[in-house]
Amino acid sequence: MADPEIKSYAPHHESQSAAVTESPTARAVLMIVAFAFLGVFLLLPLIIVFNEAFSKGIGAYAEALSNPDTRSAIRLTLLVAAISVPLNVVFGISAAWAIAKFEFKGKAFLTTLIDLPFSVSPVISGLVYVLLFGAQGLLGGWLKAHGIVILFAVPGIVLATIFVTFPFVARELIPLMQEQGNGDEEAALSLGANGWQTFWYVTLPNVKWGLLYGVLLCNARAMGEFGAVSVVSGHIRGLTNTMPLHVEILYNEYNAVGAFAVASLLAGLALVTLVLKTLLEMRYGAEIAATRGH
Amino acid sequence: MEVRVANVRKEFDRFPALRDVSLDIKSGELIALLGPSGSGKTTLLRLIAGLERPTRGNIFFGEEDASHKSIQERNVGFVFQHYALFRHMTVADNIGFGLKVRHGPTRPSAQEIRRRASELLDLVQLSGLEKRYPAQLSGGQRQRVALARAMAIEPRVLLLDEPFGALDAQVRRELRRWLRDIHDTTGHTTVFVTHDQEEALELADRVVVMSQGRIEQVGTADDIYDTPNSPFVYGFIGESSSVPVKVEDGQVWIADRPIGLSAPQAPEGQATLFFRPHDVELVDGCSGCIAGTVAASRRVAGTRRVELEIGGERQRVEIELPVDHPAAQKSRVAFRPRRWKLFPAA
Repeated sequence: MADPEIKSYAPHHESQSAAVTESPTARAVLMIVAFAFLGVFLLLPLIIVFNEAFSKGIGAYAEALSNPDTRSAIRLTLLVAAISVPLNVVFGISAAWAIAKFEFKGKAFLTTLIDLPFSVSPVISGLVYVLLFGAQGLLGGWLKAHGIVILFAVPGIVLATIFVTFPFVARELIPLMQEQGNGDEEAALSLGANGWQTFWYVTLPNVKWGLLYGVLLCNARAMGEFGAVSVVSGHIRGLTNTMPLHVEILYNEYNAVGAFAVASLLAGLALVTLVLKTLLEMRYGAEIAATRGH
Repeated sequence: MEVRVANVRKEFDRFPALRDVSLDIKSGELIALLGPSGSGKTTLLRLIAGLERPTRGNIFFGEEDASHKSIQERNVGFVFQHYALFRHMTVADNIGFGLKVRHGPTRPSAQEIRRRASELLDLVQLSGLEKRYPAQLSGGQRQRVALARAMAIEPRVLLLDEPFGALDAQVRRELRRWLRDIHDTTGHTTVFVTHDQEEALELADRVVVMSQGRIEQVGTADDIYDTPNSPFVYGFIGESSSVPVKVEDGQVWIADRPIGLSAPQAPEGQATLFFRPHDVELVDGCSGCIAGTVAASRRVAGTRRVELEIGGERQRVEIELPVDHPAAQKSRVAFRPRRWKLFPAA
C-alpha cells in the first residue's frame, strides 16, 4: 500500500538508472541550452539592471534612492504589501480549507473563480475597479456622497493588488491539502483537540512549506504589480505611485539612474525571496523530508 | 464501557450505508466488524466514534445517549487505517498530543506527559524511539505508535479501522497476537473493522458479520463458522459449497433423486443446500447420496479439491479429499455431507 506522497518544494533527488541516462554529448547540449536560455533571459537583464543603477557611481545611486518621491513610492509599496499579503493568507487558507476538506455546492465554481486573476489581464482588473468605484462608476456616487475615496488613492491600490495576488496562496495550498485529506484532522479531533488546536498544531504545520512558498510569491507579485495598479493609482507623485509605477515615470523622464536604482530594489527583492526560500529549505531540510514521507 | 447501537440508519446523499443496525457491545469485549467492502462496517465504526452522525437511531455509551455528542466529548481512541500520525511531530509528541491539548487542571505537566508517553511506548514495545519521526518508522511500528497515541487519552472505547490492512502478512500475524495481549492487559472495550475473516475469527471474542448495510450475524468464532444463519454468512466465512435442491416429504432431493438427507423441519419446495467441502463422507454406490463425475481436480496445500458435475443440469459442486484418496482418481464420486444446512430459495 503506497502512502500518499506529499509534494514538497525541496529539490527531488533521484538516482538515475543507466538506461535513461543520455549520452555525454546529449547531456552537454541540454545543459548548455538550459543555461544559455536562463543566462540570456534572466541573468543578463538582472546584471544590466544593477549595471545601469550604478553607472554613475554609488553616490548617484544613493541620491536617487533618497529622493522624497522615491522614498514615498517605497513606503507605499511596503504598505500595500503589508496589507494585501496577510489578507490573502487568510483568504487563501480559508478557500483552500473549504475546497480541500468539504463537499459543497458551487465548489467547482469557486475553484474556477480563484484562477480568474491569472486568466484576466491585470489592466482589465484595474478597469473593473474604475467602473465600480470611479466618479461615473456603479458605486461612485454613493462613495462620493459619503466622502470615501477609493480610486486614485491608497485603498484602490490595495484592492487592485489583492485582486491580482489572491490566487497565489490558495493555489499553493489547495492541491497540498487535497492530497493530505482529512485523516490528520480527524485524528486530532479524536484525541480531544478543538478546531483551533487542530488547525494550529496539525493543519498549519502540514502545509507550512506550501504556505511559505505561496506567501513569498504573493509578496513578490504584490510589490511588483504594475498593470492593475497603474489603472487605479492615478500616478500622483509622492502619493499614489508604487515602486513599479515610479520606475516607469523616472524612465520616461530619461532618469536612467533613478529608474534603475528603484528597479534594482525590486530585483533585489526577487533575489532575497529566492535566497530566503533556499535557506529555509536547507535549514529545515530534514523536516521537509519528514513531511514528505510518512 | 458498554456501547449500544440502537436502530441506527446512516445515509450518504440519500444512499443508505447502514440500514437499521442494532448491536450491543459488552464492556471489556474485543469485537470485530467483518464484511466485504461496502458492507457498512467502517461507517458503523465511525458512527460509534462520532466521526459521523446517524441519520436515525441512537448510540449509547453505558446509559448515556451519545448520539449527538462530538468525537471530543465521547472520549474514544481511534486508530486510523493509515495511522494518520502527525508527520511533523516526534513519536513522543504524537503520543502526548491528546494530553497536551487538554485544558485547565486536566492537563498534565509537560514532564508528566513525557513520562506517560514513554510508559505507553514500553507497552507497545517501542521503547527508545521517542525522538523518531513517523517517516523513520516501519509500517508495523507506526501502527503501534498510533495505538499508543489512542490509548494515551484513556479512552472509554478503543476503535480500530482495518488496523492491519496496510501491513504485510508476516507482520500482520505478529501484531494480531500482540493486539490480543494488549487487550488482555488493558481491558479496553475494543471494536475493530476488518475484511479478513481469519483475523476476525482468530482475534475477536465476538464477530459481527455485515453485508450491504446490515448485520447478518453476531457470535463467537464457533457460532459463526459452525452455524451460519444465512446463505451470505455461509458463503463469506470459510469455504462452502451449495447446490439447488428441493424439499419433499421431509427429504432433500436433487432433481428426482433423494440424497439421503432428511429435513423434517424444512418447508417444502425449492431450497439451497450448503455444506463445507471438507465436511463430507464418501459413499460407495448410490442410494441416497450426491453423485457426480469429476470435472476438475486441484491440489490445494494439504488437500485435493475436486469439482463434481452432478444432476442433469451439469451443476458443479466442490468437495475436498485427502491428497492420497483413491476417489480422486475415479471419474465418478459419490458423497454425502456430514454437516449441512438448507436455506429456502429466495
